[in-house]
Formats: sequence, C-alpha cells, structure tokens
Amino acid sequence: MRLRNLLKIALKSLTKNRMRSLLTSLGVIIGVGAVIVMIAIGQGAQADIEQQITALGANMVMVFPGSSWSHGVSQGAGSRNRLTLDDAEAIRERATLVTAVSAEVRVSAQVIGGDSNWSTSIQGVDPEYQEVRDWSTVAGEFFTARDVRAKAKVAVLGKTVADNLFPGSDPVGERIRIRNTPFKVIGVLESKGQSAYGSDRDDVVMVPATTALYRLSGGRYINRIFVSAVSTEASKATEDELIAILREEHSLEPGEDDDFRVRSQAEFLETATETSRVMTLLLGAVAAVSLVVGGIGIMNIMLVSVTERTREIGIRLAVGARASDVLVQFLTEAIVLALVGGLVGILLAIGVSVFLDRVIGMTAIISPGIVALAFCFSGAVGVFFGYYPARKAARLNPIDALRYE
Amino acid sequence: MSVVIETSGLTKVYQMGEVEVHALRGVDLTVEDGEFVSIMGASGSGKSTLMNVLGCLDRPTSGEYILSGKNVSELTPNEFAEVRNTRIGFVFQVFNLLPRTTALDNVELPLLYDHTGHVRDARAEAVAALERVGLGDRITHEPSQLSGGERQRVAIARALVNRPSIILADEPTGNLDSVTSVEIMGLFKELNSQGITIIIVTHEHDIAEYTRRMIEMKDGAIIRETMRAGRQPE
Ligand SMILES: Nc1ncnc2c1ncn2[C@@H]1O[C@H](COP(=O)(O)OP(=O)(O)O)[C@@H](O)[C@H]1O
Ligand SMILES: [Mg+2]
Repeated sequence: MRLRNLLKIALKSLTKNRMRSLLTSLGVIIGVGAVIVMIAIGQGAQADIEQQITALGANMVMVFPGSSWSHGVSQGAGSRNRLTLDDAEAIRERATLVTAVSAEVRVSAQVIGGDSNWSTSIQGVDPEYQEVRDWSTVAGEFFTARDVRAKAKVAVLGKTVADNLFPGSDPVGERIRIRNTPFKVIGVLESKGQSAYGSDRDDVVMVPATTALYRLSGGRYINRIFVSAVSTEASKATEDELIAILREEHSLEPGEDDDFRVRSQAEFLETATETSRVMTLLLGAVAAVSLVVGGIGIMNIMLVSVTERTREIGIRLAVGARASDVLVQFLTEAIVLALVGGLVGILLAIGVSVFLDRVIGMTAIISPGIVALAFCFSGAVGVFFGYYPARKAARLNPIDALRYE
Repeated sequence: MSVVIETSGLTKVYQMGEVEVHALRGVDLTVEDGEFVSIMGASGSGKSTLMNVLGCLDRPTSGEYILSGKNVSELTPNEFAEVRNTRIGFVFQVFNLLPRTTALDNVELPLLYDHTGHVRDARAEAVAALERVGLGDRITHEPSQLSGGERQRVAIARALVNRPSIILADEPTGNLDSVTSVEIMGLFKELNSQGITIIIVTHEHDIAEYTRRMIEMKDGAIIRETMRAGRQPE
C-alpha cells in the first residue's frame, strides 16, 4: 500500500510537470539515440568493407614477384622479378592446401576488332583463374588447359571491351588482333563492375598465360600467381607452404631473403578492418560527445528545478513524509524518465538506422552492447541528477526545506 | 484536563556566521487538551520559531518538549515524521500547497504518507475534510484557481485530514483580507469546539480576541499571559 502510494505520487509528479519531464527525457533520448546511430554507421561501414573484400574470395592467396615493397620504398616493380610459369606449375603439383592455381601475365595492348580498336589490359591466365576469382563467362566459354599448353590464340573479352569492339552484336566467334597477332574470341566474361579502387574490372581481355607470355610479352617472368586455399582458416598455413615451395624452387639458402612475396586476402581483410575500426572509434568519440551533451541537458534541467523541488520536498516532509518516502519518489521519477527516454532513444535510433539502410542505402548495424552502454550511461546521469539533489533536500529539516531559495 | 504540550527552557539559537541569533530564550509553556491559544508579539519575537519547534518541523537548541507525555527530543527522524503526519496539523501563512495540484490531491497527501495503516479510503477522507472546511465544490481546483481564503481552507483541510489532536497555525490570516480572516477564525473556533487543541500565531488583536488564552512574546520569551473570561465573538 505504502509503496504503491509512493509510486502513484511519483507518476503524478511526472505528469504534473510535463515540460520538465519532457526536457529531461530529451537529454536521455539525444544521448542514447545519437550514440547508437553513430556506432551503427561506423559498424555498417566496417561490415561493408569486410563484405567487399570477402566477395573477392577470402581464401585467396597471392604471390608477387620480390620487388622491394616489403622494405617500404619501392625499388621499381619487378626489379628482382623472379616469378615464372614453372613456379606456378610447382605450386600446382606440390601444394597440398590448394584447390586452384593460376599464373597471371599482364600486358597493355591495343586490340583491333570489328570496325574499331581499344586500348586495354591483356591478362594471361590459367583456366583455374575462373575459380580463384569466381568469374564466369556469360557467352561462349573460357579456354582450357589444352589451350594453355598449346599457347592457343584464343581470347575471352571483358564486358567493356566486348561492348566497345562489337557494340550490339555477339563477339563469340569473331576475330581480333592483339599486337598484330590474330585471336579468336571464344567467350565473354560476366560483368564485375568497379574494383574497390575505382578501376573498371571489365576493361580486360583474357588469354592463356602461355600465349600472353610467349606471343605477346616475349619475356620470361609472370606478374602474379593466384592461389585458392582450401579454406579461409587455412590461408596462413597455405602461405607458409607456398613460401617453402618457392624457396626450394628458387634455390634460396637459409637466411637468404625471399625474392617473392606472399599475401593472403585474409591479411588485406585485417588491414581494412583495422582502418574501419579507427573510423568507428572516431564516430564513437562524436557519439560520446552527444552523450555528454545529453547528460548536461539532464543536469541543467534538474538543477534549475532544484529550488522548486526543495520547497516541494519541504511541503511533503511537513505533512509527514519520511526522508525515505521522498527518496523513493524522486528515485522512481528519475528511473521512469531515464527508462522512457532510453527506450524512445533506442526506438528513434532503430528508426534512423532503418531509414539509412533502406532509403539512403547506407549500411547501419545496431550493436546491442552499444545500446546497453548508451542506455546505462544516460540512465545513470538521469538518475544521479534526479536523485542526488533530492537526497540533499530530504535530509533537511522540513522548515529549512520550506525556506530554501 | 490532560496536558498535551509541555515545554521547559526551550531555546533556539541560529548561527549567522559570527553572530548568534537567540530566537528563543527559555520558553516554558503548558497547553491542555482542547485549549484555544493565541500567541502574539512583535515581528522577530520568536513566534514562528516556537511554532516550528512545537510542530516538529524544527528541533530546539536546548530545552525539553513533552508532547502527550512523550519527550520529543528522543524521537527518531521517522517517529518525528509520524508525529507531523498523525498528531499535529500545521497551517502556514503562505499556505504551502503543492502547485499545479488539485485541492483533493493536496489534502490527500498526508494520508499517502501514513505509516500506521489505519487509512481506509484516502480519497473519501480527503473529500470529507474538504467538505468540513466548506470546499466540497472546489475539490478539482488547483491552488492558482482558488482565492486566498479558499487556499487557506485547503491547507486547513490538509491539516485536518489525518484527524490530529493539535492544529498549529502560524499567522493563518496574515495574507487574507479582514472578511476572509473572520471566516477562517470562525472555522478554527468550530474545530476547537469539536475538541481539537488549537494554537494560532497572530499580531492582530481582534484575531486574538477569538481565543480564551492569549500569550505575548518578546525577544524569544513569553512575557505575559491573559485568560479571558466570558464570551468570545461568535
Ligand atoms: N533560519 C533562520 N536563520 C537565522 N535567523 C533566523 C532564522 N529564522 C528566524 N531567525 C531569527 O530569529 C528571530 C525570530 O524569528 P521568528 O521566529 O521568525 O519571529 P516571528 O515569527 O515572531 O516574527 C528573528 O530575529 C529572526 O531574524
Ligand atoms: Mg513569523
């Protein structure tokens, strides 16, 4: 009965002082809402980046020639270039943690076909490249291992090249010339759009690695080796395996530096995740400011009303309220305001996040931990500033509380 | 007749920085059950200070205060609150009603803090108290919607609602015009005739005329007592 009376008193007091109640909850709402939305945006961006990189194949491992980007300052790509088709072959034969291997030879060239010509990047690869990069053809087909062995003069066009050389018609079966060598178009690749760095991934012509090396570039060395590890978890072990195989291939003595570099997509992922974590942290700092601003709002409105409330406490004490009765009332008021404000803030944040997600197309991920944190902080500020002045007043003589100004 | 209030050597000293203000300098006062007492005196003579001590709103610096046989200085804070809640009704010059709160809710307030558990229906008792002071038709009005006299009636209803045996009123007519003052004094007189002990502070002689016993204070002490025989104004 008594507790029910006290709760009744608290709720009545809240509805009686609507403006004060509203302003107090507003502080909590701003604090909670802003923090949740900020962090949701940060984590959304992080997830976006991770997803983009994972889409490239999280189990992909790449071998680069041993130019010195390992030492920070580039000494020129390929300055110690010692990656060959034999290396790719050795990996294919001996690596156990690998499901697909493809060499990559890159040549820039003018392609003549149809009635026009087009400058593009020629990529000499193996058929397994399709598996490693998860890149299929939409027309015709990709070349085979036999084409590679035969250095066949066949080409698969990227979407951009196909559209430019053969607008409106099917390029499969057509003839093109690359550096004066005739090629037969046997397929068209599906469109991949822009890369993470903004270049057009469809502006490419794929030919067998051997063809590119012996008929187009005329060199000995290849640019990269792409490897698919059996799983993402195995990518570190795969790296070690590749290093062992290549060191043996290159007859490197123990203690001698690698003349190649191995990097897994998982490492890229780590770097990118690290970057976006920094961003989330930054947004978090902004959010923390909102929390503090919200907290100050709560504090202000509570302190402004302290005179009026002290007199109110005096009246209550004078008619027989115990100090503990007054405290229960004020604590209840503060908790109710903090809870209501917190819930509204959370709902608002969810609304804004959904809006960003659906309408603006930004990824926003609400994390329960942050929701709890924001809720607890603003709640604590609300309760502290609602309760602490009341505690001081409730300890006064009734007459001193009545006289307070 | 039994003694309800008995003080001996009550003093109250306010410390104002370096200066000590002796608001009460040894007050000995005995009030019997059912008495109607007025306290008079110049401003600053210590009337309010004495009333606050008697009303358990404040504690004296020294001296004894026996309320219905109980030594008040030995009460715990919660027992102190209970005395204010159930034994004494206090009426202030400035009403001290909760703002933006209906007359009914204001009057109901003491009942909500009742710890004895004897309150059955707080609403009904609050309405009854308002009817007793003649405000049965104003129960949903807020203080700002009431006249000064009506506000003081609400305050008196609040003082009455928990059926105290004593009502203390510190200049209850100080903020009221003379016609309203007469009405309020009539109300106190009626309550007194129903058996409630009443002590009021006033500095107007014609208000004090309503009481049988007049006490005069000066510089924190009682200097004169007058018992009036015969009829008092109706
Ligand atoms: N809270 C206080 N602090 C300091 N001095 C006070 C306080 N209350 C009253 N006084 C002083 O005590 C004396 C008596 O005051 P009070 O009892 O209010 O007189 P009255 O009600 O007779 O006018 C006055 O001199 C007044 O200034
Ligand atoms: Mg006074």
